[in-house]
Amino acid sequence: MTVDTTTVRKIARLARIRIEDAEEATLAQELGGILQWIDELQAVDTEGVEPMTSAVATELHLREDAVTDGNAQEAVLSNAPERMAVFYTVPKVVE
Amino acid sequence: MSVSGSITHLTLAEMRELLVKRAFSSKELTQAHLDAMEDLRSLNAFTVETADKALAMAEAADQRLAKGAARPLEGVPIAIKDLYCTEGVETTAGSKILKGFVPPYESTVTAKLWASGAVMTGKLNMDEFAMGSANMNSAYGPVANPWQRSGDNRDLVPGGSSGGSAAAVAARIAPASLGTDTGGSIRQPASFCGIVGMKPSYGRCSRWGIVAFASSLDQAGPFTRTVRDSAIVLGQMAGYDPMDSTSVDRPVPDYEAALHQDVKGLVIGVPKEYRVPGMSPEIERLWKRGMTWLEEQGAHIREISLPHTQHALPTYYIVAPAEASSNLARYDGVRFGARVPEEDLTGLYEATRGTGFGAEVKRRILIGTYVLSAGYYDAYYNKARRIRTLIARDFSEAFEKVDAILAPTAPSAAFAQGENMDDPVTMYLNDVFTVPASLAGLPAISVPGGLTEDGLPLGLQVIGKAFDEEMVLRVGHALETAAHFTHLPQRIAG
Amino acid sequence: MSDTNVSDKNLVQGRTGPWEVVIGLEVHAQVTSKSKLFSGAATDFGAEPNTQVSLVDAAFPGMLPVMNKVCVEQAVRTGLGLNAKINLESVFERKNYFYPDLPAGYQISQYEQPIVGEGQVTIDLEDGSSREIGIERLHLEQDAGKSLHDQHPKMTFIDLNRSGVALMEIVSKPDMRSGEEAGAYLTKLRAILRYLGTCDGNMAEGSMRADVNLSIRRPGEALGTRTETKNVNSIRFVQQAIHYETLRQIEVLEAGGTIDQETRLFNGMTGESRSLRSKEEAHDYRYFPDPDLLPVKVDPALIEAIRASLPELPDQKKARFIEAFELKPIDAAILVADQERADFFEAVASGRDAKLASTWVLGDYIAALNKSGSSLGEAPVDAAKLGGLIDLIADKTLSGRMAKEVFEAMWETGKTAGAIVDERGLKQITDSGAIAAVVDEIIANNPAQVEQLKGGNMKVMGWFVGQTMKATQGKANPGMVNQLLKEKLDL
Ligand SMILES: [Mg+2]
Ligand SMILES: [Zn+2]
Repeated sequence: MTVDTTTVRKIARLARIRIEDAEEATLAQELGGILQWIDELQAVDTEGVEPMTSAVATELHLREDAVTDGNAQEAVLSNAPERMAVFYTVPKVVE
Repeated sequence: MSVSGSITHLTLAEMRELLVKRAFSSKELTQAHLDAMEDLRSLNAFTVETADKALAMAEAADQRLAKGAARPLEGVPIAIKDLYCTEGVETTAGSKILKGFVPPYESTVTAKLWASGAVMTGKLNMDEFAMGSANMNSAYGPVANPWQRSGDNRDLVPGGSSGGSAAAVAARIAPASLGTDTGGSIRQPASFCGIVGMKPSYGRCSRWGIVAFASSLDQAGPFTRTVRDSAIVLGQMAGYDPMDSTSVDRPVPDYEAALHQDVKGLVIGVPKEYRVPGMSPEIERLWKRGMTWLEEQGAHIREISLPHTQHALPTYYIVAPAEASSNLARYDGVRFGARVPEEDLTGLYEATRGTGFGAEVKRRILIGTYVLSAGYYDAYYNKARRIRTLIARDFSEAFEKVDAILAPTAPSAAFAQGENMDDPVTMYLNDVFTVPASLAGLPAISVPGGLTEDGLPLGLQVIGKAFDEEMVLRVGHALETAAHFTHLPQRIAG
Repeated sequence: MSDTNVSDKNLVQGRTGPWEVVIGLEVHAQVTSKSKLFSGAATDFGAEPNTQVSLVDAAFPGMLPVMNKVCVEQAVRTGLGLNAKINLESVFERKNYFYPDLPAGYQISQYEQPIVGEGQVTIDLEDGSSREIGIERLHLEQDAGKSLHDQHPKMTFIDLNRSGVALMEIVSKPDMRSGEEAGAYLTKLRAILRYLGTCDGNMAEGSMRADVNLSIRRPGEALGTRTETKNVNSIRFVQQAIHYETLRQIEVLEAGGTIDQETRLFNGMTGESRSLRSKEEAHDYRYFPDPDLLPVKVDPALIEAIRASLPELPDQKKARFIEAFELKPIDAAILVADQERADFFEAVASGRDAKLASTWVLGDYIAALNKSGSSLGEAPVDAAKLGGLIDLIADKTLSGRMAKEVFEAMWETGKTAGAIVDERGLKQITDSGAIAAVVDEIIANNPAQVEQLKGGNMKVMGWFVGQTMKATQGKANPGMVNQLLKEKLDL
């Protein structure tokens, strides 16, 4: 399993991680190495084996429908690196 | 040895007893540990020191002790891995991207400790987002292992990802600390630092308020210097939390009581697949010694087979990065943490995450993104989930024949900073013995078993059935008794 | 969708021949619940920005989702209302993509195993006919927050109040063939959700939004490439979007072009849509089961309990109205489209002539409602009052013409029909003696007209009727007047 730099770029874009040109080649080689290493799994026979959904055998607990949270505007906004009044802000998104 | 020096060497159980007897106050005990923290700043074990908070909590503890209203951990200092969100105290998960993040909430597990009277002394250094096996991936720099090779004063790694947690307890800066274990992040550092590290069953402790790495694997656990102390702290951490849908609603037994039982008549499994090619003879010897110790106490050793063991590590390195790639998407510079401003939104995301995350975290996010991406999901992620089922099945079949499993904790002793860094996979191999139990969600403990020729600690691992922490502690206690590990690291407080 | 339901009226004529339009709708319906799908924050509309946000909704580190029981029940209830299969086990997955109003960087949704499977909705068309539209699936998912693009020249503002609110995504099969059918589908779906109480159906507040999937093909040929027009938030807009997209696709194909499978954004101002995301920018959502949650198991006993608690739904009500009140299907359909209106009608009709009741409710009454722009609740004439008016028609106190006059007065004053009849002395004269006396007098005073009539000029008859009504200020029963005149003039 080898990974080319185009793939690295594509994946990095999906993950919203900026890759400097200098890193590109090294990353391609490192990711390729890791993928090659995990590729041995393809040989394992998993015919009829269910994928594990959870390591723990328990039922999903359901919450009562009651308002028990929220009303914490300042707690929610106080860590924001940038904000305007009671909003989070990002550079204008043009859809 | 000064008073402050000597009391930091007591076990947590002893401290608890002497506090109740008023032999010393929590304030004195806490101050002694704060002094140790200061003396050993060179270890770089802490990301935040909370001396004022600690003394205030000690003050309150002393009042309760005076009233004879002591709770289970009243007045005992405990330090916390920086992965746990602590209200009002900066929490960064060892990452630049969370610099300055002050949670307005307290993780369930730490809240339970404070409710049992424990005193918080600080936040502990760790591999960024718990990704690493040497604590070389922290935005705060590496942590030094208090242990050094005889005749060699190079800094060694404490293991990871809970490197600061292990170093602090080994160096007597805290009688106990909290870590988290996703693929071995408690057990491997415990082995490297010559202390006891316990990873409970998945679902035993709440994950609420712990920064997520790999949700289906992450589990909170204690570092201590004795198995009894491990039982005491775990007893206060464990329990159902309605805010964590994966935590399990079952009673928390009296773990300390489990230590009264010996191992006579127990069947201890030894998985032949753990005897990996090229295994160091020292590890082999340690393992054998462990078997003998248990046999001498009346247990039966039985070889078992866990056929899918060799696939555990690659499986882990698909499942964990995949979950991480999604769990870490929230670090985008909008609501908390660091932000690198740019003209457009995508630029802001890419710059913030590109500079905010360290190399290993980026690698794992990219791998995780890759194995989940269109066309690869079934070949990688679903395949790995299927093999995970097989690995869990191996264990459940083995546990029809044995009460517990004995194995080495790590394939080597602590190595020097900078070693094993040449390529990622070499570093990943550190978790070869710890990852299988993680994938199966089983409880496991690492107990110091002895020293290598050049004087470094090695741990023995006991793995139990899901939610049979009692058995794990019981067998761990038997090993501890036989090993009688009294060696001290070179860099130590007091 | 078999081609049997391609009726020619649905075909669109292009330059090169007829086209069949194939439409499927994805409706996002906000689940009626006090708190969010995975957090205890409130769901009320129009709250102060970022006040109905928990640390879970803002995806703070270490926060975990906990499933809301009522949302599961509401989804099951809706599934039963759509005659759909309820899946005893369903799985929440993460849909991964970056957007500022999606705090976690993923939406918790259902993908491979939704909570509700296939079902049907019967739609009522203007010509009184009905048709089955298939439901593909219904799944639960979180809503995103709101991005405000118009608050600042350089910045987009983020309000997370909606973040984490429970939505039901209801996906239809591509069974619709026209804007009318799509409109009828949305109308019926909204009625069902409102009857069930699982969604308030308020499209203006965004509690119900539709994505329109549309492709065209030559009648009976294989499906063409579809486009998805997103977030169309009124039934009228859905029909506009369908009209626009149909013509656009026809134009492209007839010009020899091809349709891109793309997402389009509808603009309510212009009634047009534009391409939002080109293929190469297409998302890779990397769905995988959310490891913070376990599969949702629904107990068959719960399904039965919910089934037993279902109200009478629009189609059942419609059938009952047709059966019990002998209404025309189209009238019944209009009455049941809105539960309040259906209840109002039943109140008016009970113990009365149902046909007369439906004529009045669907006629003058709804006209008056629309004219005054008031809702049933606030209307000056309630069911009892309208019923009272109809009683006065039935017992001949009022003629139809007088009734209309009285109704107008009732609407203005809010008084009962009886009160207005008394005030204005509007009681119809049905005493033949009294009418006979008037008739005799008119005959006696108008010998000339009598002669013309005898001479065979029947037109004069109308003049006599008119004189008699005039003499009684219109209160004389018109039938009796005719009767008596004929007798007295022995015609
Ligand atoms: Mg859609
Ligand atoms: Zn949706």
